[in-house]
Amino acid sequence: MDAITRIKDLIENNPVVLFMKGSPDFPQCGFSGQAVQWLRACKADFKYFNILEDPELREALKQYSNWPTYPQLYIDGELVGGCDIIGNLYNDGILADMLAAANGKARA
Amino acid sequence: MITEQIKKLLNEALNPEQIEIIDNSAAHAGHAGARSGGGHYHVTIVADAFEGKSLVQRHQLIYKALGDMMKQQIHALGINAITPTEYSKEL
Repeated sequence: MDAITRIKDLIENNPVVLFMKGSPDFPQCGFSGQAVQWLRACKADFKYFNILEDPELREALKQYSNWPTYPQLYIDGELVGGCDIIGNLYNDGILADMLAAANGKARA
Repeated sequence: MITEQIKKLLNEALNPEQIEIIDNSAAHAGHAGARSGGGHYHVTIVADAFEGKSLVQRHQLIYKALGDMMKQQIHALGINAITPTEYSKEL
């Protein structure tokens, strides 16, 4: 599968996907680590993808999303944003609802 | 100066009413992401161009304007992108 197909496969088959540097327990960048903390604070189920292990997908996703940095959070197949936006949504109290809605739909 | 270059590109692309760029690179020197040499910056930008746009779309406008700078010179960019109307409410 080419990288774009794999990206679509990931974001369409998982309600919440975080593309990040490293893993949730061992993030390789402070911004990725911060994003994980907000998702965990919301008690969200999420799939992560370590882009450091896949240079081809790492470059392809930047093109696909018109977003040049990581982390990138996808909910229901749509780009929500990077660290700044995730933080804004968390501070506004919206993030938990978005995540719960996406997770809830997936379970129903 | 990278901050000047960021300012120039954003001025040209978005014609902002206000723009402020802060270089936070020193605070991140030596961490894994800074090894490639890219700096950490924060931009506050007030522009009509953001009217009616979502946060994602606003950030995408900025990333597009900065183009190749995001590949090398900039490792991380904090963004506060607001419209003149929103800005006047913040005062």
